Amino acid sequence: MMKLSNIQRFWISFILSIPMLIQMIAMPFHWMMPGYNWIAFVTTTIIMAISAAPYWKSAWGAFKHHNANMNTLVAVGTSVAYFYSIYAMFTSREVYFESAAYVTIFVLLGDAMEEKMHNNASNALAKLVDLQAKAAEVLRNGEFVKVPLDQVKPGDTIRVKPGEKIPVDGVILDGSTTIDESMVTGESMPVTKKKGDNVVGSTINTNGTFTFKATKVGSDTMLAQIVDLVKKAQTSHAPIQNLTDKISNIFVPAVLIIAIITFIVWYVFLGASLVSAILFAVSVVVIACPCALGLATPTALMVGTARSAKMGVLIKNGEVLQEVSDINTVVFDKTGTITVGKPQVTNVVGDKNKVLAIAASLEENSEHPLATAVVKAAKEANITIEPIKNFAAIEGRGVKANYNDQEAFVGSDKLLTDINISQEMKSQAVQLQKEAKTVVYVGLGSDIIGLIAIQDVPKASSKQAIAELKEHGLKTVMLTGDNQNVAEAIGREVGIDQVIAGVLPTEKAAEIKKLQDEGNKVAFVGDGINDAPALSTADVGIAMGSGTDIAIESGGIVLVQNDLMGVVRALEISKKTFNRIKLNLFWALIYNTVGIPIAAGLFMAFGVQLSPELAGLAMAFSSVSVVTSSLLLNKTKIAGTAA
Amino acid sequence: MSISKIIILIVAIALIGFILWWFFGKHEEAVGTANVDQGVQEVNIVVNGGYSPATVVLKQGVPAKVNFDMQDSTACLSHVVFEQLGVNKDLTKQKITTIEIPTDKKGTYNFACGMDMFHGKIEVK
Repeated sequence: MMKLSNIQRFWISFILSIPMLIQMIAMPFHWMMPGYNWIAFVTTTIIMAISAAPYWKSAWGAFKHHNANMNTLVAVGTSVAYFYSIYAMFTSREVYFESAAYVTIFVLLGDAMEEKMHNNASNALAKLVDLQAKAAEVLRNGEFVKVPLDQVKPGDTIRVKPGEKIPVDGVILDGSTTIDESMVTGESMPVTKKKGDNVVGSTINTNGTFTFKATKVGSDTMLAQIVDLVKKAQTSHAPIQNLTDKISNIFVPAVLIIAIITFIVWYVFLGASLVSAILFAVSVVVIACPCALGLATPTALMVGTARSAKMGVLIKNGEVLQEVSDINTVVFDKTGTITVGKPQVTNVVGDKNKVLAIAASLEENSEHPLATAVVKAAKEANITIEPIKNFAAIEGRGVKANYNDQEAFVGSDKLLTDINISQEMKSQAVQLQKEAKTVVYVGLGSDIIGLIAIQDVPKASSKQAIAELKEHGLKTVMLTGDNQNVAEAIGREVGIDQVIAGVLPTEKAAEIKKLQDEGNKVAFVGDGINDAPALSTADVGIAMGSGTDIAIESGGIVLVQNDLMGVVRALEISKKTFNRIKLNLFWALIYNTVGIPIAAGLFMAFGVQLSPELAGLAMAFSSVSVVTSSLLLNKTKIAGTAA
Repeated sequence: MSISKIIILIVAIALIGFILWWFFGKHEEAVGTANVDQGVQEVNIVVNGGYSPATVVLKQGVPAKVNFDMQDSTACLSHVVFEQLGVNKDLTKQKITTIEIPTDKKGTYNFACGMDMFHGKIEVK
């Protein structure tokens, strides 16, 4: 048989069914089409051969595997109506060819529409892949030549002109420009980039020409990783689906049994005519729609995860999505999450040169953000950094070493046991801490000789993001290794509910556990580098990306952009998607639990009855409406984005 | 109650019994194995009202291709989804759709139709 698409089958069948439609309309006027039975028989037979046969074939294939699905119901419904009508025609009874024909037509229409919308839902992903540049201008033998994208290797030098797409990920070697990164980060403002900055493949260079060194190509690029993540999320399961899986396993056989019971009750016990008992049974079979149940979750998941990816929020799977809906507490890491993460030295107490020299010498090899700030301040003050001996780190507290043959140390107040500190310095430290400055103690021998105050300012959007989370009824908590005074000052500034200060890096996960034991459902927001244990302990781990590196492994949700508004968006879109799944499932269940009794004629006493054609129409539109509802997720308002 | 109605009633009860036995009873399932040819193992799954075979066993360490032969033209089975692999393929675009399965690790990859009504699995042993 030639290959016809569902929509072509629909149109052929629809045209063939027009005489039956005319007869249906003319019926109330007591007009009978001459030779109607024969016309209906011939057209319906063609419709069955073209349009219903594929359902019969699929249903038979399923039956042989002890399986049953929507096709089984369509096949049983249409074949009963069709073969009964043939029997009726040759025994001079009333025929119901139009039931068989219209059920087929409506089911086909529903299938075709649903297929089209399903494609729309999965299209978002294809669009992401299409973002890739097709070619790159690569330096080969001293000249820039255009080569196809798949020939670009890491280490290649690539030139990008204004208006062109950046082909792969890399680091700028020369030149500066502004780049539109909205396709990856969701941020619509172009970003200024100069030598040494990272660029992301598939983003658009706006005004400058620059060259860059390719660092990641092919499947290693950020875009490829995002696409991969979204793909996995789209095909993932949400735990709520276990319910539908259970239902779908027994759904179709159960409906077949209900149909048989309907027939028996009407025909044997209520004394209805054979034909009306058959029509009730056929309506039951036709109205039942396992598809609406099956489509409820995957379609919403598909649209929701793609939509969020466009906003720079990568949701790993359906399970995460479901967890988010129960969250009541959001815990933030302080440094780099609420704050910018680039602390600066603001005050030095004591002999400035000496204090900075000791501190910078000891901290030179440390990668701690505070250490970086100290070293930077020393360099700016032209202070020479001395070599040191016997360097040792004291986990979470500071460092010590021999400086000019004396033991020196730099660290937090946790180092202060059996060390002398003057009352004046102590009160100065408290004063600085209340100004939201972190105080580092510098000691020599057994005395504190000075203090260094370091400040890390909150990100511009932190305050607004936290206010919005509170508006959604969430409790906000800040977790930090900093001193209580500093932490509270920053906490006040951004409006956080609770501050847990003085937490060692290794204790973060334990603090989260404590909150969970109090009965809270906790989301943890961290930068994903040293926060991995806390991210995985929390019910939902939200990892902040640092521009080009996505810490995919560590969080359930990954934010491409290092901005707390992403948390608001992530929680909002997750909740909206999950609510949509629940709505879809509710609708699918209600549809079936209300539709089947109506079709069975349970409400005949009130004059409510469904013909098989109407049942078919209802069935087709129930699955279409579920997909439509999922597609509407594309239109819902999410904080800070236009729909 | 007339004889014919009693007969219909008995037939209906028998039919319900048959449905219960046929769909919910224990039935043997065919398991497919792959043919290894020139270092690549290949297996065909016919899609027609379900997957036959629905269970496929692959050897670990040999690159594997699974060919889905689409013989069903209804919307139900139009897509095949491998959840763990992040694969969601439209089977209606071409007659045979080939999906490469990683065989470096032992394990089971489940697959299902787009509406999660039909299931199958690929076991790497």
